[in-house]
Amino acid sequence: MGAYLLRRLVQSALILLGVSFITYVLLFILPADPVRQIAGRSATAATVESIRRELGLDQPFVVQYGRYLWNLLQLDLGRSYLQRSEVSELIAARLPATLLLMGAAILCELLIGITLGIVAALWRGRALDQGLMILSFVAVSAPQFVVSLLLLYVFAVQLGWFPIGGYGTFEHLVLPALTLGLLGSGWYARMMRSSMIDVLRADFIRTARAIGLTRTRVILRHALPNAILPVIAMIGIDIGIFMGGIVVVESVFGWPGIGQLAWQAIQRVDIPIIMGVTLVSAFAIVAGNLLADLVAPFIDPRIKLR
Amino acid sequence: MNRLLASTALALALGLPAVAQEYVPDPAATMGGGIVVTYKDDVATLDPAIGYDWQNWSMIKSLFDGLMDYAPGTTELRPGLADSYTISEDGLVYTFTLRSGVMFHNGREMTAEDVKYSLDRVTTPATLSPGAGFFASIAGFDAVASGETDSLSGVAVTGPLEVQITLARPDATFLHVMALNFASVVPREAVEAAGDDFGRQPVGTGAFSLADWTLGQSLTFVRNENYWREGLPYLDQITFEVGQEPIVALLRLQNGEVDVPGDGIPPAKFQEVMDDPAQAAQVVQGGQLHTGYLTMNVNLAPFDNVAVRQAVNMAINKDRIIQIINGRADPATQPLPDSMPGYTADYAGYAYDVEAARALMAEAGFADGVETELFVMNTDPNPRIAQAIQADLAEIGITANIQNLAQANVIEAGGAGTAPMIWSGGMAWIADFPDPANFYAPILGCAGAGDGGWNWSKYCREDLDAMAAAADAIVDPAMAEERLAAWSEIYMAVMEDAPWAPVFNELRYTMRSPRMGGADALYVDPVSIPVNYDYVYVTE
Repeated sequence: MGAYLLRRLVQSALILLGVSFITYVLLFILPADPVRQIAGRSATAATVESIRRELGLDQPFVVQYGRYLWNLLQLDLGRSYLQRSEVSELIAARLPATLLLMGAAILCELLIGITLGIVAALWRGRALDQGLMILSFVAVSAPQFVVSLLLLYVFAVQLGWFPIGGYGTFEHLVLPALTLGLLGSGWYARMMRSSMIDVLRADFIRTARAIGLTRTRVILRHALPNAILPVIAMIGIDIGIFMGGIVVVESVFGWPGIGQLAWQAIQRVDIPIIMGVTLVSAFAIVAGNLLADLVAPFIDPRIKLR
Repeated sequence: MNRLLASTALALALGLPAVAQEYVPDPAATMGGGIVVTYKDDVATLDPAIGYDWQNWSMIKSLFDGLMDYAPGTTELRPGLADSYTISEDGLVYTFTLRSGVMFHNGREMTAEDVKYSLDRVTTPATLSPGAGFFASIAGFDAVASGETDSLSGVAVTGPLEVQITLARPDATFLHVMALNFASVVPREAVEAAGDDFGRQPVGTGAFSLADWTLGQSLTFVRNENYWREGLPYLDQITFEVGQEPIVALLRLQNGEVDVPGDGIPPAKFQEVMDDPAQAAQVVQGGQLHTGYLTMNVNLAPFDNVAVRQAVNMAINKDRIIQIINGRADPATQPLPDSMPGYTADYAGYAYDVEAARALMAEAGFADGVETELFVMNTDPNPRIAQAIQADLAEIGITANIQNLAQANVIEAGGAGTAPMIWSGGMAWIADFPDPANFYAPILGCAGAGDGGWNWSKYCREDLDAMAAAADAIVDPAMAEERLAAWSEIYMAVMEDAPWAPVFNELRYTMRSPRMGGADALYVDPVSIPVNYDYVYVTE
């Protein structure tokens, strides 16, 4: 276990290093000069050059990247080019909102996805099952921009049940969490359904039925805990998918998370922020995967870590 | 008051440029209350030496003051922190007498030392100010810009409340420069205490001070009780909520939760809003010092041929392009917008005439057509405008392939001179100050034609540059008309060479909640976008 953990930690660090390198290279070769963005339209060539020098952007790639890594080791993500604030501060101010939204969205997708999956499995092949699977397919494929605007329009503007975007209370959380959760719930419903169907076919379920347990008890006590295992293992991987959706959903609902921050930074070539958000997201994904793998043996004793 | 009147009279006598009469306060204005303004993007910084987007520009104006200012809702200069000023006969020495008893938000009195410190700070390279170049006419600028020294030799403190600024060359636009945010007066101790975070902890002399900034969510401005303009501001508080999509902001305005959607009316909703009398009544329309244009790179074929550039000017159907943006613009005939001094009123521009354009193309040897590229920024409505231009050009045999890119990439290509054509929408050009000079040097003069400059046509005529320099050396107020005539002549020469096809001058539409009061001009203030926060009020 100890050796396994060490190896995985080293691997994770290498993945993060790779992500930082690739992102830095991409931003470096981008045909857009951050110095121009900082210098503004009235800058003279001399001003532009002096800004480039001040920021060390006149140095070769290796020096710039090396400097970035060296600062990163000291947990210094640098200062935003345009906001001129510490990137770590900007991210730290927004991270709680993103984590809250992500937590709520995961809860949403699990509740909806697992419930629908079980129902579909129990009514397998009938109209209800087919209806639910079509629904899940729609949930998976609907663009989140449209879904979020639709939910916003119907439930906030027309019905007035929820506030029109913003942040702060439980009411603010519901619609964005639901938008994000719907996408995942489609996947989970499908996965839960097939997993449940497999389990229901298993010998121990037949035995449980044979010894006279009620249908409800068989499903809740015997089938569900077994069927849910692969679904739980997915959550860690899911974080990566969330990071993509969060950019859109946070923008529409005015949710002050890091997705919104990243989106603004990309438009303005604010490289330190883009790097910072990318690394923090990569860290979350790597940590999520690692955690999912570490937890797996506790949920399913058949899995051994090697 | 007497001194102010005296200074105003003096300035009027000098007449350089038009200086406003004393502003008459709105008799209906009531004190108190607060408003909510929304924006999609975060506020980048409130440091007046750095902030240079249209969002933080007006916010900074309300937190800080400079020596000069504009009468609200107009482009007329008036003294700000300066109580009065005199200009030497050769136009090289400006002596400003400051108002006494002006307090910074931290309670300290503003002095001439602060003015000197602020100008030194904005020009020193370590500040990374995008506005440093505006101060290039001050004597000693080059030594500061190159890092040789950190003090402008041309700015001297001649008394506790007196500053003398010496210019290296006469500059008729200098008082406008002193009204730019970049010339705001900041207290040294607060800047030094905040270090690189002054943009988040701004301390100025303005009508409002920053009370709270919750990153990514909101900013709260509160009234400066010690503001030096008596009886101002009217509002107790302004809350800026960021991260709000324009369409969501409009819904919230209709719901009574928002007073001003800072990003304006979303294009997709514009017609709906204007067709509804109740909503249309909440919209204020005004002009702005903007021109949208198509640049043609005079160094790249086929646009190295003046006949082709003129043909393009004749081929573009401006009225149809204006329809694309719901009629939110007037057709342009020349680089300057019509509200800008120096505009040539009796010039009709190139008329829309496809036949004549085809003839010019044939004459230039392109009867069989030619292929080129049109760069455009990728946010609506710009790609749609580019498509309309593409269709117009196809009529005269020009096949323009559209390069639809992010703003930074288009600016990069324009600066590097690799883009044959660029549609300027979403990037250029809105005047920094209301003077014809501001539409020339950076975007049509040789100074901007170098690598990375904003003169995307790479059009450079030394003789026009010389004419421009001569015009800006006319500082004698009696000859102000002559100066404008010289500028008009320059722009007419530009149109002859046709490095641009001017397309339209955008209009401005600001929406406000029914509870907001104040003259319409305050809501389309040419200097403060979207509104002049110091003078608007609420009625309930």
